[in-house]
Amino acid sequence: MQVSIALNGATSEHEVEPRLLLVHYLRDVAGLTGTNVGCDTSSCGACTVLLDGMSVKSCTVLAVQADGRAVTTIEGLATNGELHPMQAAFREHHGLQCGFCTPGMVLAAVSLAAEGGAGDEAAVREGLEGNLCRCTGYQNIVAAVLDGANGNGVRS
Amino acid sequence: MITAPFDYVRADSVDHAVQLLGTHGEDAKLLAGGHSLLPLMKLRLATPSVLIDVGRLAELSYVRDGGDHVAIGALTSHHDVATSDMVATDVPLLRRVAGQIGDPQVRHLGTIGGSVVHGDPASDMPAAMLALRATFVTVGPGGQREHSVDGFFTGFLETAIGADEVLTEIRVPKVPMAGWSFQKFQRRAQDWAVVGVACVRNDTVGIGLVNMGSTSLRATAVEDALGSGASIADAAALADEGTEPVDDLNASPEYRRHLAHVLVRRALEEASR
Repeated sequence: MQVSIALNGATSEHEVEPRLLLVHYLRDVAGLTGTNVGCDTSSCGACTVLLDGMSVKSCTVLAVQADGRAVTTIEGLATNGELHPMQAAFREHHGLQCGFCTPGMVLAAVSLAAEGGAGDEAAVREGLEGNLCRCTGYQNIVAAVLDGANGNGVRS
Repeated sequence: MITAPFDYVRADSVDHAVQLLGTHGEDAKLLAGGHSLLPLMKLRLATPSVLIDVGRLAELSYVRDGGDHVAIGALTSHHDVATSDMVATDVPLLRRVAGQIGDPQVRHLGTIGGSVVHGDPASDMPAAMLALRATFVTVGPGGQREHSVDGFFTGFLETAIGADEVLTEIRVPKVPMAGWSFQKFQRRAQDWAVVGVACVRNDTVGIGLVNMGSTSLRATAVEDALGSGASIADAAALADEGTEPVDDLNASPEYRRHLAHVLVRRALEEASR
């Protein structure tokens, strides 16, 4: 089936099998390998992307479900070489150790902040319950999200 | 993990979905948010030959005032249920249950109707529907039907909905002044409940049990005992009556029965404050 996805602001059109998962579309068809496959069971959040602005786990979405919709991956957050405020906050606070969970963490945080759910530490910790960091580096991740969410984490 | 191959068709209306179900027969499955179905398909525990995608039917995503009930479109996401002001005011238990399903990403795509028709006894939403005495509206070739929640969950992953019917609306009686509680015992934040209890109490009481048998169950013995004037402690001791909890990696049947007693007591205490 032909899909047309607004991928990081550009139209991405490909013929795909209906069973192709969005995460495999992103990595193997579109060549955007910033989105990681972790658990592959919608638990760990490493594959989190934005679908029409909302965080989703792309290992549990079919590419055909994204047809005609907007998908943002970690590659699409920066503009003109300038990091998104949430990315900048993760760098500033060193909100990562190995970095595997980071793309998913950043995108989950962008979605959380846009929904107004990143107001305090408890809200951020609960709001990131769908993203696992096996380095247990949560302290700096939470600090980064609180900072990056100032201004709702959305570019003005 | 890759699902088995299937054909994919998109429904552009409820009637179209019903027609497609008729065309493709029992091997077809409806795809809403996909957050129960796709994991099963990835494990190849489900191998439908055709997926009929109803996920884009925006007309089935709403929360409306139905007078004595809140009317919720079957494709309303858990996120939208959990953030609805009307749900918060009129059915606060439902807000709590919807707001702790999975995680934010799951709640963005998972739908209330999908949860209901999936009929998983380990799922929280069906037990909440029992506690709240919800009514389900389906549409099929013969027109519209209403189903009481009692009798709707007929077996493991089975409901009274026909193979050619589409769930369109969930009607939840308003209980703005009722006490309520949702008790979920789990090992980790995202886990399914080992046992869960949804409870609403006003002049009557409604109690739904999670993971105490092959279907979501009403704690009928507890409800009846309270109706006859029993104390919370005495009524809660009947929480496992009529249940057949499974033995799995998380708990033995005996432990689940114990949890049911404790959690029903806690739920009734919280709902009676």
